[in-house]
Amino acid sequence: MKTSTLTAFSSVERGPAIAGLMIAFFLLLFLIVPVGQVIFVAFQDPNTGAFTLINFADFFGNSLFVESFFNSFYVASMSVIAASLIAMPLAYFTTRFNFSGALLIQTLGIIPLIMPPFVGAVAMQLLFGANGSINLLLEEHLGFTIPFMEGLNGVILVESVHYFPFILINLSAALNNIDRAMEESAQNLGSHGARLFRRIVFPLAMPGYVAGAALVFIKVFDDLGTPLLLNINNMLAPQAYLRISSIGIADPMGYVISVILVGFSLLSLWISLRVLKDKDYDTVQKGGGGLMRRDLHTWEKVGCYGVVILILLLVLSPHIGLMLLSFGTVWSFAVVPDGFTFDHYVTVFDTASQYITNTLLYAGIAALLDVVLATSIAYIVWRTKLVGRKWLDYGATAALAVPGVVLGIGYLRTYHSFDVPIINEPLASWWVIIVIAMTIRRLPYALRACVAAIQQVSIMLEEAAENLGATKGRTVWRIVVPLMSGGILAGFVTSFATASVELSATIMLVAKDSDAPLAFGIYEFMQSTSGRGPGAALGIIAVLFVGIGTYFSHVIIERSKKLRESKAIVAEGGTT
Amino acid sequence: MTANIGNSAGVVINELNLSFGETHVLKGVNLSIEAGEFFAFLGPSGSGKSTLLRAIAGFGPRPTGQILIDGEDIADQPPWKRNVGMVFQSYALWPHMTVHRNVAFGLEERGAPAPEIKRRVDAALDMVGLIDLAERRPSQLSGGQQQRIALARTVVVEPKVLLLDEPLSNLDANLRVQMRREIRDLQKELKLTTIFVTHDQEEANTTSDRMAVLDEGVIQQVGAPVELYDKPSNLFVANFLGTANVLQGTISVGKNGKCAFKSEHGVAINLGAQPHNEGAVVFRPQNVRISKAGATCKAGNVQFQGTVGQIEFHGNIVRYGVDVSGHLVLIDETHQRDSTLFHIGTSVDLQVNQGQIMVVPSH
Repeated sequence: MKTSTLTAFSSVERGPAIAGLMIAFFLLLFLIVPVGQVIFVAFQDPNTGAFTLINFADFFGNSLFVESFFNSFYVASMSVIAASLIAMPLAYFTTRFNFSGALLIQTLGIIPLIMPPFVGAVAMQLLFGANGSINLLLEEHLGFTIPFMEGLNGVILVESVHYFPFILINLSAALNNIDRAMEESAQNLGSHGARLFRRIVFPLAMPGYVAGAALVFIKVFDDLGTPLLLNINNMLAPQAYLRISSIGIADPMGYVISVILVGFSLLSLWISLRVLKDKDYDTVQKGGGGLMRRDLHTWEKVGCYGVVILILLLVLSPHIGLMLLSFGTVWSFAVVPDGFTFDHYVTVFDTASQYITNTLLYAGIAALLDVVLATSIAYIVWRTKLVGRKWLDYGATAALAVPGVVLGIGYLRTYHSFDVPIINEPLASWWVIIVIAMTIRRLPYALRACVAAIQQVSIMLEEAAENLGATKGRTVWRIVVPLMSGGILAGFVTSFATASVELSATIMLVAKDSDAPLAFGIYEFMQSTSGRGPGAALGIIAVLFVGIGTYFSHVIIERSKKLRESKAIVAEGGTT
Repeated sequence: MTANIGNSAGVVINELNLSFGETHVLKGVNLSIEAGEFFAFLGPSGSGKSTLLRAIAGFGPRPTGQILIDGEDIADQPPWKRNVGMVFQSYALWPHMTVHRNVAFGLEERGAPAPEIKRRVDAALDMVGLIDLAERRPSQLSGGQQQRIALARTVVVEPKVLLLDEPLSNLDANLRVQMRREIRDLQKELKLTTIFVTHDQEEANTTSDRMAVLDEGVIQQVGAPVELYDKPSNLFVANFLGTANVLQGTISVGKNGKCAFKSEHGVAINLGAQPHNEGAVVFRPQNVRISKAGATCKAGNVQFQGTVGQIEFHGNIVRYGVDVSGHLVLIDETHQRDSTLFHIGTSVDLQVNQGQIMVVPSH
């Protein structure tokens, strides 16, 4: 009896075991080995190959690198502060007041995310630069200008406008998760106003804020596209890119920078995990929820709307600028372009349509691979007892800590001399490597969507299918996957949308123009003044891709949420 | 913690009305609670009992009417000025502070000097028997311990009135009985005016000196638990406090001055000299005697004939449901070992002493 159950058990787990091994092998080849290679080279003497710290000594002995290090740190810190200044009033309005502009604020939290920061960077330059629209108006009417885009300021402005939603979302969630009784009990004991806020509300919201801020810090710290497009080279990510692309893959400095980038990524991930783990301040009780909200007086309402509209304009400015640029004829030393035309779009479709088709192909394959991998990993982790299954989850999630530049450098280093059979081309310069980079970069997000989906499928539903004679495989196919379909689809759409504007890894891996995706095309066009129009047109197309994708994933998630509510009885029975 | 003695105050509520938008939640509440009294607000969910308690603490929409504490109208004061201590249903212990800091909070807000804070916090923690847990976080405590800390945090500031919002609802059954005794003992020791909100009649009966039964935002009756149980002023109170057999019908006064009741299905009951001349007849299941058909009716008893329709064995009692001319009459009989139960379908006689029969106005 015992042996027969054992054999039955192993045959049941054989399929997932093979799938798990294949996924592990894929992660090993395209994540762990390349990143390990980068770290290894950073600690290797370029001449003798022995272990050494000399590369790090060289790095900190070079004034340009030290300056880049401090610039990156400065820009990331200042972006966190600027993003907080944008996000805090918005979070405060929605959670403390009965504010009818709440929908407006929610929209505000999505708009920036549908446009990658580097796409908007040039448009921001035209609006806020030394000779941009705003400063021309200021100069003309008030007689002074503000150096919004001067040097590092430009990077900080573009990044904070783009990334503030991460703080807004986390901070709002944290504030909403504070139970009203927390505040009322403090009032009952004699506390109110600013003291109450400082002693109770603020500390309780702190973990959510820190998690959001850590995310913003690391996104900015790792970003390559924005500084490159603003022509700011004295930062870490651009330095890594420039060293590798101009001096070559043998130069150790690119690897040293990569190690520093990975180190900071891990540090901020660790911080955000720690604050959320130790301090589960989600205090909402049944029947409770949310802080006390109060109605606004008329003048307060005017003030709130004023602030929201100001922020809305700021947030929309890259979109507005890009739109003007894509339809404008000549736009220089003027508030708006001299004239309007469709020429740039015509140019794009005549000469640059390969960027679009490449992107559809690459991001499509990458997103498909992502959901297949993510669904398999989610199933293996949550539904099997395979040894080491958690490590698949950790492995796939580890990609979060790997900046795109580092992954790109890792691929170049690892696969530059590995020729793919039949096509006789190094893997590192074959277009497929771009797809793989996109897949690895987006896998953590797809995985979270699929894990959330599988956790909502009651095991009882699977047991019912097995009880009626379905094998494990049939159960997965007929019950688990259909019930997860909402999450899988949402994972596909977001992976597709974000992969289609991925730049930092692909910029290192594009070997020839005909293989390049959209983001690279935008970058190429934006390099020259004459290319800005078509570049902006491509940018608008990219925004449409991401915008439509985001909208659909939102619709899918909402629909499956409703569907789930109608199945609440099953779900409840399944959890007990 | 003897400082509380003499500090507590009476609460008087005059014509209190409160609305959430269009919904009128409290409708003309009048109430007078003595200093040092343990008072319960009892009612089903949605009856307005929690809303009334929160109004006393100053939470929720601004009511109209007066809330007098120690003769002073506090209805216009913000919550932090009122000095009425409230223990929340969820305890609302702040997770980012240790137990000690939680308890010290109110004294810090009142600007008490540090040595005094230390002394009084220690005394309060000692009082609830949790001085050893002072440096723990609330999340490291059990439900009962959290409850005690919430209580300590509130009484340490020596409030004039202690408000308890369903304080036992988050505890399991055994702990609930223990905690309600502890709360009761603490209240007696501190002589603190205490208002206790609950939907559990047993909790209200066992703890309170007096209670108010609320339904639909209106106080139905105020009095000591026994008084409300034995003399309900309307059918809601009769039904909400324990189980009641209710027979609707009409009462007529005979020539001899005695009242006779005739139920809607024709069951006649001789009421003796009952003061009411309209209302329903109410009696409790434990006051009905059940016996095989053919028993003789004892003097002063009222007798019905019926058929056993339901039997529920509860352990301490057996509850029979007997069909009496279309009325379902419940009978609780204390259970003895080896006693024989009546089977379904058996014809039985029921007897109730006239003194146990209440006539209760229908509304």
